[in-house]
Amino acid sequence: MIGIFASILDGILVGAVYGLAAMGLTLIWGVMNVINLSHGAIIVLGMFVVYFLTELTGISPYLGIPTGMIVGFIAGLIIYWVSVNRVIGRPILMSLLATFALNMIIIGLATAAWTTSPYNVPVALPGISVGNYTFTGTHIMAAIIAVVIAGLLYLFLHFTRPGKAIRAVASNRDAAELNGIPTRQTLSMAFGLGVALACISGALISTLFPFTVLSGEAYQLKSFVVTVLGGLGNPAGALLGGIALGIVEGLATPFTPVSWIPIIEFGLFVATLIAFPRGIFAFTRP
Amino acid sequence: MTALLEAHDLTKNFGGVQAVAELSFTVQQGEILGLIGPNGAGKSTVFNLINGVIAPDKGRIVFDGQDITGQAPYAVARHGIARAHQIMQPLLGLTVLENCMVGACFGRENMSLADAREAARQVADSVGLGARADVLAGALTTAGKKRLEMARALSAHPKLLLLDEVLAGLNPTEINLMLETIRGIRNSGITILMIEHVMRAIMNLSDRIVVLNLGRKLAEGTPREITQNPDVVKAYLGDASSLEAAGATPP
Amino acid sequence: MTTSISHDVAKAGTFKPRKGWGEEIALQVRQPFPWLIAIFTLICALAPYVLDDVSLRESLLLAAVYVTLATNLNLMIGYAGYVNFGNIVFFGVGGYIGVYMATAWHVHIVLAALAGGICVSVLAYVFGRGILRLRGAFFALATIGVNEAIQAFVVNFEPWGGATGIYLSMDAYEPLGGPMNALWLCYYLIIAVMGLSLLLSYGIKKSKFGLAIMAIGQNEDAAAVLGVPTPKYKAIVYSISGFLPAVAGALYFFKSGIIEPTSAFDLTTSIEAIVMLMLGGAGTVTGPVIGAFLYEELRGYLLFSETFSHLQLVLAGVLLLLIVLFVPGGLMGFLRQRLPFVRRWLQ
Repeated sequence: MIGIFASILDGILVGAVYGLAAMGLTLIWGVMNVINLSHGAIIVLGMFVVYFLTELTGISPYLGIPTGMIVGFIAGLIIYWVSVNRVIGRPILMSLLATFALNMIIIGLATAAWTTSPYNVPVALPGISVGNYTFTGTHIMAAIIAVVIAGLLYLFLHFTRPGKAIRAVASNRDAAELNGIPTRQTLSMAFGLGVALACISGALISTLFPFTVLSGEAYQLKSFVVTVLGGLGNPAGALLGGIALGIVEGLATPFTPVSWIPIIEFGLFVATLIAFPRGIFAFTRP
Repeated sequence: MTALLEAHDLTKNFGGVQAVAELSFTVQQGEILGLIGPNGAGKSTVFNLINGVIAPDKGRIVFDGQDITGQAPYAVARHGIARAHQIMQPLLGLTVLENCMVGACFGRENMSLADAREAARQVADSVGLGARADVLAGALTTAGKKRLEMARALSAHPKLLLLDEVLAGLNPTEINLMLETIRGIRNSGITILMIEHVMRAIMNLSDRIVVLNLGRKLAEGTPREITQNPDVVKAYLGDASSLEAAGATPP
Repeated sequence: MTTSISHDVAKAGTFKPRKGWGEEIALQVRQPFPWLIAIFTLICALAPYVLDDVSLRESLLLAAVYVTLATNLNLMIGYAGYVNFGNIVFFGVGGYIGVYMATAWHVHIVLAALAGGICVSVLAYVFGRGILRLRGAFFALATIGVNEAIQAFVVNFEPWGGATGIYLSMDAYEPLGGPMNALWLCYYLIIAVMGLSLLLSYGIKKSKFGLAIMAIGQNEDAAAVLGVPTPKYKAIVYSISGFLPAVAGALYFFKSGIIEPTSAFDLTTSIEAIVMLMLGGAGTVTGPVIGAFLYEELRGYLLFSETFSHLQLVLAGVLLLLIVLFVPGGLMGFLRQRLPFVRRWLQ
């Protein structure tokens, strides 16, 4: 019984990180109605930023997070101005393909540079023992950081000028433009922010599990699940959705083989999509 | 005269706001019935309820003896109701002819493609789009798209045609031509229910008029009765002059 | 516009000729395009045999599979406007059903492949009624979800070999007269599937059903108001677009001698099919063919070139990005816009 309970708690901790990963996706989706299919590649980018930073300088992986954020933001700006800016407002297929093309480019370059063998960021962090069950220190730390960053994002979106501009552009682009908000700059900033969040989550995930250049796809798919569970364009919902997914994984782990979890996840995903098309549609009206 | 369309007690709420409330009216076979009212009176909602875009919360719609309440738009179209939208919705990537063919193929008569092609060509000719039949709908001018909207609805050979502000945005010459067209459609045996803001036109054209205000029926009668109805004049307070102007030019 | 409109409208209202299917088909047979498809298919079928060139056969076989995938995908993306991102699921499920029936039950591969196609079509119709209620990006995501869920299921499904998949032993080819004959048979069958895909694509485009589907692709709500029974038609086209890819999947994996979850449900192949479609031009019949052949050529070149073999994915990505940003109509869209004779000859 303690085992199940602990498994669920651990699920919540990891789920917070999933939530953070999905936050970047949902922010971009909500603001400019673009599904960023390079999301997974960016998560991988975050992982490698931390890996090389710790390898080269020997600093704590957690100090790599701000670097990951900056790298992510810049990468986001580049991606936005190279491709996304031209496909906003065009048929959805175009933005899907444009961002997927970037995914191919990034993954292709990364594979050429780093091969597809597994990497691992060693972190020495003591766990917390409850009875005969130990909560991994890195999981706790990652969850705390994820929640803090989610809080900072909330403060940014609600209490700063650029944050308010992003929300204004998200709710009505034309009206925002009429009120003197430079929409394209705001959109590019939102995209940069979304990518930075993905990068941070990648940095955190690198402290939890080993990874390869191709790990991103799995986390991207999880981000979709989380985004749909949590409600679109809603960063707070993404955190809840992530935790919900973490609980599902935590609940399933003691009872089913690990290989069954994707079936549960994607079944849940498709069922949620079909069961609430109206509610989800409400966010996609132009 | 027999009733072609009967609306009984229609009610529709949008998040606590009553868009249409306990509305009943009938459209007689072969007539032109005008539906007027101030902005926000619920006219377009009535059209959406009739052709199944939204389902009523309460009430019944009977068309040609059959209950069509809550049926999907395509089912309603099959019964023989066609609609020309206020905001044009042409299928931009298809040609003018193909647009009309969709209406003909899937309207009341369920025509084969070859039949639909001929029917569509005839209708396109009749509304003055014959020369542009093979042009992509996206390439038409605004007035052209309005005509296409009309042609597409007519291609279905409907029993009842719903016209949603087809005169809006046209100049006086174009309005006169369009009035002529609408009369022609009626003379060919198609019943018409129309929403219109151009008062002179609707007073001239309609056999009877239903006035809506805040989702309820305010008055019903011949154009002459309507212009003399004190309730209507009050609802149209700002527009009283336009009502008088309409009354001054008897059909 | 003239003042005789009323008269014309009255006349339009009384129109009553009756033309049926027969005339419509007769009209199409007199068109050049169906014959072009037939000739093209025949050339593909005969070329490797006449030239006695096995490597040509292998590359044509792959190209034919790509053409089949891209052409059927075109029914959804190019005609109906629904982005089926996880389209590879048809190929994979069809492959598994076909290979399983051929190995475990010793069913003839042609029957097994047909059974795979039929099962996939039925499943697609049922699933389609659900997920086709979603529009735009939501539909695209749902198709990815379905593909991933089914892949995860197959990984756990022991009768189908779980994560390792199904291997065919040489005995499996004995009823067909040995492996050599089986390879040729599979080749001809796959070329036939390609030809049927093209005829299907053309036939739908020229039919009443196709008109409805393309109306849905343009504006689904407007199509419904015009009388197109949208939910049913969308599910039908989704179901149709699954049939031939599933048959091709069964033949392809039977010929390969192995089917495993990662290759049967590979999302990258799914997206490659989209790239081919975009490269050639979505919404046209010829586009996917040109796109598939070009892509296959290009990929082959990149794979074997010293400098680019590592950067194959990168270059494919750059290519895709350039198409999306600058030539969204693809090659056919570009040609049809500039050269009127292309519009007359190539659909």
